[in-house]
Amino acid sequence: MLHDIWFLLIAVLWIGYFVLEGFDFGLGILLPFLGRTDKERRALINAIGPVWDGNEVWVLVAGGATFAAFPFWYATLFSGFYLALFLILVALILRGVAFEYRSKRDDPRWRRAWDWAIFVGSAVPALLWGVAFANIVGGVPIDKNMEYTGDLFTLLNPFGLLGGAVTLTLFMTHGAAYISLKTEGELRRRANGTLPVIGLVAAVTAVAFLAWTQASSMVAVSAVVSVLAALALVGALLANRLGREGWAFIGTALTIALAVAALFLHLYPNVMPSSTDAAYSLTVSNASSTDYTLTIMTVVAVIFTPLVLLYQGWTYWVFRKRISADRIPDVSEFATPPSAS
Amino acid sequence: MDALDLARWQFGITTVYHFLFVPLTISLAFIVAGFQTAWFRTGNEKYLKLTRFFGELFLINFAMGVVTGIVQEFQFGMNWSDYSRFVGDIFGAPLAIEGLLAFFLESTFLGLWIFGWDKLPRRVHLACIWIVALATALSAYIILAANAWMQQPVGYVVNTAAGRAELKDFLAVLTNPTVLLAFPHVIAGAFMTGGAFVLGIAVWRLVRRPGEDGAPFRTAAKVGATVLLVGGLFVIVSGDQLGQHIATDQPMKLAAAEDLQTTQKSAPFSVFTLWDLNGKEVFSIQIPDMLSILATHDPNGQVQGINDLQAQEQAQYGPGDYSPIVPVTFWSFRFMIGAGGLAALAALWFLWKLRKGRVPNKGAILVGGALPFLPLAANSFAWIFTEMGRQPWIVYGQQLTASAVSPSVSSLEVAITLVGFTLLYGGLAVVEIGLLAKRIGAALPAGEAASTDSADHPMPFAY
Ligand code: HDD
Ligand code: HEM
Ligand code: HEM
Repeated sequence: MLHDIWFLLIAVLWIGYFVLEGFDFGLGILLPFLGRTDKERRALINAIGPVWDGNEVWVLVAGGATFAAFPFWYATLFSGFYLALFLILVALILRGVAFEYRSKRDDPRWRRAWDWAIFVGSAVPALLWGVAFANIVGGVPIDKNMEYTGDLFTLLNPFGLLGGAVTLTLFMTHGAAYISLKTEGELRRRANGTLPVIGLVAAVTAVAFLAWTQASSMVAVSAVVSVLAALALVGALLANRLGREGWAFIGTALTIALAVAALFLHLYPNVMPSSTDAAYSLTVSNASSTDYTLTIMTVVAVIFTPLVLLYQGWTYWVFRKRISADRIPDVSEFATPPSAS
Repeated sequence: MDALDLARWQFGITTVYHFLFVPLTISLAFIVAGFQTAWFRTGNEKYLKLTRFFGELFLINFAMGVVTGIVQEFQFGMNWSDYSRFVGDIFGAPLAIEGLLAFFLESTFLGLWIFGWDKLPRRVHLACIWIVALATALSAYIILAANAWMQQPVGYVVNTAAGRAELKDFLAVLTNPTVLLAFPHVIAGAFMTGGAFVLGIAVWRLVRRPGEDGAPFRTAAKVGATVLLVGGLFVIVSGDQLGQHIATDQPMKLAAAEDLQTTQKSAPFSVFTLWDLNGKEVFSIQIPDMLSILATHDPNGQVQGINDLQAQEQAQYGPGDYSPIVPVTFWSFRFMIGAGGLAALAALWFLWKLRKGRVPNKGAILVGGALPFLPLAANSFAWIFTEMGRQPWIVYGQQLTASAVSPSVSSLEVAITLVGFTLLYGGLAVVEIGLLAKRIGAALPAGEAASTDSADHPMPFAY
């Protein structure tokens, strides 16, 4: 019972992570293409400036909660997907530092280098999280000691790669929707033009992937939610055509939320099915913590999650204004050269 | 080297690296909040300048603290999966709670602070930096409680059938005697780090740019010196209590800190010792009875030696070597105390030099420049002592480090990530030091930030 609730809560944390960090990954990937001048790129980065770190904490809490509620899942997954996670970590490190350091020097080479760090640092996790989740749902070789027996290349199978393509293109679509909602002028226009193109690619890959998932083993609720996800994406594309930027963003956010929900519904009651032998699969019951620990965690989560949502929501309200490239100062205040020394 | 050794190196390198930024983040958050409060109260421009100057340095440092912290969160599962399975029921909860309570607060309110100068009422904006500061302290408490459980497991039973430790009393974990002692010690050490940082930079500016921004940097120097000194006093008091505690709780660690082979009364503390290749002492400067005083507050007190403890542990846990690598514990303990002590003395010296409007001379710049590195070194050596002194246990008395490593990860894989992280961290260190140096030399930011937020006005603070 408690471990079912925690399965749900962990799904919620991952949904929160992908919906929120999804648009700042997407923005990072689009950065070199939509931002043509330095000021435009700075405007884009400032559009997520106040929130990207808070968005990233969702994955830390998802990871920590998995450790606390399903230690065996955490252990098998993190040691199993070892090199993939290493690549994600390197990417997140580069990206985080890049946001902070990019505009602290005026040198164009310095800035270009960090722009590419933001691009790579956003694209790699956007792709690899999809690969990882596709493999979790599809099943990977796990032996009777709950040890993963494959390697990095085991994960790069067609189903996994398709999953990666889905998250990559969905996040780009979501990012374009965010940019069109948060910027003014040229940037907004370009984002509105990009959205339908990348959104169509996302729709095709996502439908193929969700259909493949259901075809390999049909789970009725998950299939229904998959269809809803596809409809949300269509809705987002329509809203974009009608110039309703707010609705387009809600549409892409819903698409991501529903698609992740469909995967978790498909997974349940497994948490990591074994492709070696179904008997070796990790499930909500054999991978979970004791009821005592889960009870404590539940109390903490019930009290503090709403609070977090409240103040994070407030942040988005404080920074609700659109940003435009011509409001970016010429020289960042802290890039001022030292006075005579 | 096998996967175990590589994984140990990796944990050591990444954790010590993370902890270079952590103490500075914790203390600078409070110091910057203090400057901003002074500005809020007095309206004196110099405090605003200091808030923004040190605020900027704080942000450069914070970014590194965040990105290196992400690695910490993941690496228990990646490199130590058997540890994660054994302790997950207990150890995972604090990690999750740290994220939910502290990291969300830190990251969200820092974003509000950076970008909110012209958007929030002054009082609310000030509250943001205080929330960040309190959240860093909260995060430190929770993670130290997790670490304390590895030093002194409490509130659990081992379920041998399930092959894991199970939580019985969460409150006991949060009020572990070790965390109650370690938290003040670590926070005091963090304040020493921030104090030395502010003091060193201020002295550098006063000497190199006399006349320019004299008033703000004089204030900064005095604040830095005071924080460093008070931090130093708290470190000694709390360190003394920690010493008493490990004398009973982890006697092997204390014996290894002194290389005390046999149990003895009135044990001395050696300030400096040289051994020959066979491990025989050839030269030593000792303070009589000092180790006994540290361990028991009694010059005649008895301190247990490595050989006796080794025999006891063998009787309890079976054959094996239960002592840590003694030269490492011996020297890291001394370097912790030595580097920290020097820094505190330097604070006294500077307070003297700065008395009644005096300006430190050129020579002071060398001391000022070296100063920020002393508490940083003390912190690193302290963790190396604490963690290496616990070996061979990963969870004291319950799980050996050797049986904690991930069985499914090959040594090649660990080697790849070890080299990868080390190179990446090395490169980022160069970038960070370059940026800090550039900022430290730059002119102080203009006083009053543009406080109007109209569409045609450039954003005052931006990435
Ligand atoms: C005594 C303090 C202390 C200690 C021992 C550690 N940390 Fe830390 N950590 C902090 C104090 C801190 C902090 C002050 O809260 C940081 C530093 C810079 C920052 O952004 O927050 C932080 C950042 C930080 C972050 C990024 C948070 C964010 O995105 O805002 C993570 C995930 C961790 N840490 C995790 C760990 C883990 C798993 C540790 C154990 C091995 C660890 N830290 C040791
Ligand atoms: C508060 C958090 C912690 C800090 C600051 C910390 C710090 C350190 C330090 C300084 C070292 C010595 C590095 C070296 O040998 O070069 C170390 C080693 C180690 N720590 Fe911790 N540690 C923390 C928590 C943990 C946790 C939670 C684990 C659990 C997996 C852990 C496992 C290890 C291991 C396996 C080593 C290697 C031991 C060795 O090389 O002898 N530590 N840690
Ligand atoms: C600037 C000086 C110092 C700094 C920065 C510093 C910092 C630290 C840190 C970060 C730790 C690890 C915390 C933990 O145990 O969880 C530690 C451990 C310790 N420190 Fe210090 N310390 C300093 C000076 C001292 C002094 C003067 C003493 C003794 C009088 C002392 C005694 C200890 C002891 C006994 C431990 C081991 C605790 C354990 O293993 O549980 N320290 N120190």
